[in-house]
Amino acid sequence: MEPLRTLQGLVCPLNRTNVDTDQIIPKQFLKRIERSGFGQFLFYNWRFDDDGNPNPDFPLNQPQYKGASILVAGENFGCGSSREHAPWAIQDFGFKVIIAPSYADIFKNNTVKNGILAIQASDEQVQTIMKKAETEGYSLTINLEEQKVYDNEGFQFQFDIAPYPKEMLLNGWDEIGVTLTYEDKIEQYELTHK
Amino acid sequence: MHNPKNIIQKIWEQHVVHQEEGKPDLLYIDLHLVHEVTSPQAFEGLRLNGRKVRRPELTFATMDHNIPTRQRQVINDPISKKQVDTLQQNCEEFGITLADIHHPDNGIVHVIGPELGLTQPGKTIVCGDSHTSTHGAFGALAFGIGTSEVEHVLATQTLWQAPPKTMNVKVNGKLGTGVTAKDLILAIIGKFGVRFGTGYVIEYTGEAIRGFSMEERMTVCNMSIEGGARAGLISPDETTVEYLRGRKHVPQGEAFEEAAAHWKALATDEGATYDTVVEIDAAEVEPQVTWGTNPGMCIPVTANVPSPDETDKPSEKDEIVRALEYMGLQAGQPISDVKIDHVFIGSCTNSRLSDLRKAAEIIRGKKVNPSVTAIVVPGSFSVKLSAEKEGLDQVFKDAGFEWRDAGCSMCLGMNDDIIPSGERCASTSNRNFEGRQGKGARTHLVSPEMAAAAAIAGHFVDVRKFTAQEVG
Repeated sequence: MEPLRTLQGLVCPLNRTNVDTDQIIPKQFLKRIERSGFGQFLFYNWRFDDDGNPNPDFPLNQPQYKGASILVAGENFGCGSSREHAPWAIQDFGFKVIIAPSYADIFKNNTVKNGILAIQASDEQVQTIMKKAETEGYSLTINLEEQKVYDNEGFQFQFDIAPYPKEMLLNGWDEIGVTLTYEDKIEQYELTHK
Repeated sequence: MHNPKNIIQKIWEQHVVHQEEGKPDLLYIDLHLVHEVTSPQAFEGLRLNGRKVRRPELTFATMDHNIPTRQRQVINDPISKKQVDTLQQNCEEFGITLADIHHPDNGIVHVIGPELGLTQPGKTIVCGDSHTSTHGAFGALAFGIGTSEVEHVLATQTLWQAPPKTMNVKVNGKLGTGVTAKDLILAIIGKFGVRFGTGYVIEYTGEAIRGFSMEERMTVCNMSIEGGARAGLISPDETTVEYLRGRKHVPQGEAFEEAAAHWKALATDEGATYDTVVEIDAAEVEPQVTWGTNPGMCIPVTANVPSPDETDKPSEKDEIVRALEYMGLQAGQPISDVKIDHVFIGSCTNSRLSDLRKAAEIIRGKKVNPSVTAIVVPGSFSVKLSAEKEGLDQVFKDAGFEWRDAGCSMCLGMNDDIIPSGERCASTSNRNFEGRQGKGARTHLVSPEMAAAAAIAGHFVDVRKFTAQEVG
C-alpha cells in the first residue's frame, strides 16, 4: 500500500446523499477475480446511459473534473454492501481522498486498507467545498500529519482521525504483516480458549 | 448484580486477544464464512505473500451469488464460472471445507450457517458480506467485512476493531395480525433512518422480539446493516437453544446441555446499560412497502407516496425527487394502486421454510395475476427439499409461480435473474437501491405475505384485508 502524507488535487463534487456501493460499482462488475481495473466501472449506471454513452451531466464526465483526486460527497457515503470493489474502483479511477459528512462503517474500513483517506467534515464544510468546486480548477491540499484541509483562498479546517488508521495511511503498512508480529498473543489466546 | 453488562460487551470482552493504547482491540474470530465474490483477491494476497490460512477448520465456504437457479450446474457466463471455479480451487489449495453447487449443504451463506449449526451464541462471526448481521439472531457478534479483512482473518484469525457503541432497539408490545418481522425491521429503519445505526452494534429487545421464532429473528437482524449498523443481535433464550439442538455442527448429548447453559448466560444482564436506547411500539406497525431507492423510504401499505414538500432539508428534497423519478411514481398516489410486473420471494432476508409456508398460505388455490411473473428461490438446498416434502412447491407451481433452485438470485442479479429496465418488482429481499435487481429496475421491498398477495392481485394490497376477505 502506498503511503499518503500530503496531497494537492483537483476536487470533484458529487452532491448526493446515501450513495450506496451498488452505485459506486454495480453488481455485474463484481465477477472478476482481480483487484485492479475497476476504475472504468466506477458509478457505471450514473456515468453511462443504456447504450454505454457518457452522461454529460454527471460530474465525473465533465472535462473540468478530469484528473480529480479528491471526491466530495453527501452524508452516509458508501452505505450498503461490503464489496471492497467500491474503494478499488474509486482508487483505480484516480481518487485518493474522499470528503463527506459521514460514511458507512464497512466502507470506511475498506478505504483505509487501500490507502484512501476518507475525511469526515461538517455538513457546512462539505457544502462550502461543493460550491467552490463549481469553479473550474478548484483544488484542495490535504496534510494528513497535521489533519488539515486547505485551499489557496484562505478556506481551511482540521479533521479528526483515529491514531491507528492515521498511522496505517501515513506509513502504507501491510496490516497482516503488522498483526503477525502479535502471533504469540494469538497463540496464547487459542491455548486458553479451546 | 455487580457491574451488569449487555451481551455485546460480554462477547467483546471474551474475544480480545490484545489491547494497547492508540490501537483498536485485536479481536479473535470464531467463524469465518466465505463465498465466491469477495474472496478471490484475498486468497491471491495470501499466495503472493506465501501465507497460509491460520485456522481452516474455523473457515467454511459456500457458493451462492453467481449460482443459476434454473439449471444450477450450467453457468453460462464465463466470468461467473471462473469466479466459482476459483473458489473451488482456493478451498482445495488452502484446506477449507466447501459446500459446492452439488453439495447437499449448499445455499445462501446466511441461510446455511444457522441451518448447519455453525452459527452459535457468543461466537464472533465474519463474512465478506454485509448481511452477515443475520447471524446476530443467535446472540453472536456477526458482521460484514471487506476483502482485505477477509485476507486478514484467513491469515491471522483476528481483526483490529475499535469497540463499537451499543444500542438497545426496544420493541414494545406485540405485532398485529398479518404484520411480520420484515414489516417491523422496515418500520424501524423507516422511523430512525438508514444511518441511525452507524458506529453501533444493536441489540433488539422487547416482547415482540422474544415472541419471534429464530427465522423471524434472522429477518430482523439481517437488515441491521440497512439501518447503518454492522451488527445487530438478540440475546439467546430457550427458542435459540431449541433451534440449535441436534444440528450438524453443534455439540451433542451432555455437551449440548453444557453449551446451552453457557449460551443462555450470555444474555444481557438485568440493569445493563447501552450508549443509546430507542423504542418502537409494535402495535403501531403496519405492513410496509418501500416506495423509494433505499430501505428507509418505506410507508404502510395504507399510505400514499410521499412528496418532496414534506421536508425542508434541500438534500432530502433532492433525494425524494430523484427517487420518485427513478421509481416512476407520483407524490401522493396510494401505494396500493401501484401495479407490479414481477414478484421475487427469496434472499437471505426471507427465503427460509417459514417464509415459504406463509407465502404459500396466501396463494393456496389462487392464480398469479396474468401481468405478473413470479418466482420462488429457496435459501438453500435443504429449505428446498423440506418445502417439497410438504408439497409447498406444488402450491406455488399450481398458482403460477416458478419454483427455482437455491441461491442469492434476484436479490442482486449476479446470475441470470434480472428485472428489465423500467419494470417493477415486489421483492422479499433487503435492498431497493437503484439498479440493484437490474439497471433501471424498480424494487419494492415487502414481506413474503405481502409479496404473495401482490402476485395474486397484480398490485400492492393490504395482506390483512386480503386474508380476512378470503377467510370471511
